[in-house]
Amino acid sequence: MESVLGRYRNLIILVGVLFLQVLGLAMQVKKTTNALQDTRLIRIWAVGAITPFERSLIWIENGSASLWHNYFYLRGVRAENRELKQQIEDMRLQQVRLQEDAAQAHRLQNLLAFKEQYVSKTVAAQVIGTSGSDMSRTVLIDKGEKAGIEPDMAVMTANGIVGKVLLVYPSAAEVLLINDQSSGVGAILDKSRLQGVLKGTVNGQVVLERVMSDETVNVGETVLTSGGDQIFPKGLPVGTVAKVERGKDLFLRIEIRPAASLSKLEEVLVLVQKQDRPATTEATTHVRAADILAQRLPSVPEKPADATATPAKSGEGSAKPTGATGTAAPKATTNAASHPVKTQSATASVGQDVPPKAATGTSTAAKPKAANTNGTAATPEGVVPKPVNNGTSVMKAEGAPGKSAISAQKPKAASAPGSTPTTQANPQPPAVDNNPH
Amino acid sequence: MPITYTSGEQVEVYRFSIPVTIGVPLLALFLQAFIPLRFPRFAVYFDLPLLVTIFFAMARRSPIAGLFTGAFIGLAQDMLGHNPIGIYGIAKTVVGYGASSLGVKLDVENAGARFLVTLGFYLVHSAVYFTVARALVNMTQGWSWLHGILAGLANAALGVILYFFLDKFKQRT
Repeated sequence: MESVLGRYRNLIILVGVLFLQVLGLAMQVKKTTNALQDTRLIRIWAVGAITPFERSLIWIENGSASLWHNYFYLRGVRAENRELKQQIEDMRLQQVRLQEDAAQAHRLQNLLAFKEQYVSKTVAAQVIGTSGSDMSRTVLIDKGEKAGIEPDMAVMTANGIVGKVLLVYPSAAEVLLINDQSSGVGAILDKSRLQGVLKGTVNGQVVLERVMSDETVNVGETVLTSGGDQIFPKGLPVGTVAKVERGKDLFLRIEIRPAASLSKLEEVLVLVQKQDRPATTEATTHVRAADILAQRLPSVPEKPADATATPAKSGEGSAKPTGATGTAAPKATTNAASHPVKTQSATASVGQDVPPKAATGTSTAAKPKAANTNGTAATPEGVVPKPVNNGTSVMKAEGAPGKSAISAQKPKAASAPGSTPTTQANPQPPAVDNNPH
Repeated sequence: MPITYTSGEQVEVYRFSIPVTIGVPLLALFLQAFIPLRFPRFAVYFDLPLLVTIFFAMARRSPIAGLFTGAFIGLAQDMLGHNPIGIYGIAKTVVGYGASSLGVKLDVENAGARFLVTLGFYLVHSAVYFTVARALVNMTQGWSWLHGILAGLANAALGVILYFFLDKFKQRT
C-alpha cells in the first residue's frame, strides 16, 4: 500500500487538488443567487493585492499626461477653443428646443401622473483595471464602499451606459460591463419604441434580444434604457443599431454599437442616488386657461397690469423686441415669475445646467435677456422690431436687476440660422393647472 | 551556464527566492489586469499568468510544486473576474503539473522547445478551461481552433522572450 502511495503520490495530490477545486466550483454554482457575495472575502485579497499597483500606475500616468498636456502640448489650443465656443453656441440653440420639448413632456407626464426617475447623485470614478480575461468582461474602479458605492448601481459615462456595479470592496468596486455574457439591460429603440433586452455575447458584442422578427428596425436607430431593469433610469443612451438580422425563435438579432467606448474606459460615473417622484413641472402658481390662451394668441394684446411697465428703450421692466419677421408680439408675461422654476425643471431633465432663456419664440431661438421682474405684464407694443443679420427675430426682455432669477443671469441673445419663426411668444409654456377651470 | 540533461537522472533543478516566487506571479496578474485598459485585445490573445505558471513549473521540475504554483496563480486570476472561482485554478493546476512533469523528462531550456511546450500547454489550458466552463459552470463558451492556435502562437512567442528574462532569477539548488 505504501509503495503504491509513494509511486503515485504526485498523481494522487493532483487529483486531490483538482477535486477540491471542483468541489468549490460546485458549491458556487449551486448557490447562484449569492455566490458572488459568498466569495467576496476571497476576492478582496486578490483585488487588494492588485489595486495599489494599479492606482499608483494610473496616478503616475495621469500625472505625466497632465504635465504633457498642460505645459508642453498647447499647440492648437486657440483653434480648439474657437471650435468649442462654436459648439457651445450650437448646443445652446439646441438646448432651447430641448427645453421646450422637455417642458412639454413634463406637462404631459404630470397630466398622466407618471412617476419619473431622476439621476440625483453620481460619483465619479477612475477605471484602474480589468479582469484580465475575455471570459469576464469587468473593470475595476477606484471607488468603493467608502464612497457610497453599492452593488447594482448603474455606471455610465457622458456618452452612455457602461454597466452595473457587481462587487464592492472597501476602496474599489467591480463593474460588470454591458457586453459581458451575464449582463442584461432593459432597452428601448428610440423611434420605433420597441423594447428588448440588451445582452453581451461571447466575443464581446452587445445585442438587443427579444424583438420580434416581424418588426422593422433600422440601422442607426438610437437605443435607450427602458428603465425596466430597475437599475438604469429610463432614457439613458445605450448606443445605436449596427446590424439587424434574423435570430432564433422568431426574434431579431440586433447588434448594438455601444455609445460608451467599453474597451477604452477611463472615467465613469456611478449613479449612487436616483429619485422616484411624480412627474411635475414644479409650477408654483396656477394659471388660468384664459391666461394661457391670451399668451399664445398674439392678436389678443394683454393689458399691462402694472403701469410702471414701459415700452422698450425706456429702461427697466420693459420688453424690447427686435426682429425682421414680426410674427408675434413678444411679451414678458405675468407668469414669467414661474419660469425660473419650470426652466430649472426642464434643464434638470436633460441633465444640463445652463442658464434659462426665457420668453422668446422657440424656433427663432431668440434669447431674451430677462423676464419681467415684478410679475407684471410688459407688452412691447409700438416697438419696431429691428432686423438682424440672418433675418430671424430677436427679442430682448429686460427686467429690473436682482429681482428675478432669470434677470440675474441675463443670457445673451442669439438666433438660430435658418430657423422658422413661430407665433409662439413664450417658449416656456405656463404651468398647467392640474384642475383646469 | 545551467547544465541540462534529458536522461532524468541528472536534471538541473532550480529554485527561486521568495520575493521572486511571490512577486513575479503578482506582477503577471497585475499586468494582465492593467494592460487591457490601454490595449483591449491583449486579454483576448495573451495570458501572462499562464506563461509564468509554465516557466516556474518547468524550472522547478517538481510536479507537486508545479501543480500548486498553477493552482495558486489560477485561483488568484479567478478572483479578479466575476466567474466562479476555480475555473482558471483547475486549468492552471493541470498545466503546472504537466509542465513540471515534462520538464523532468525533456530538455526545455532551448527556445525551440520552450516555444512548442508553451504552444501545447496553451491549447491544453484552453481545452480544460472550455470543458470546465461548459460542463461544470454551464457558461456559454465558443471554441475556435483558429483563435486557439493564433493565441497559442502569440503566447509561445511572448513566452520565449519572457522566459529569457525570468531565467535571470533562477538559482541552482
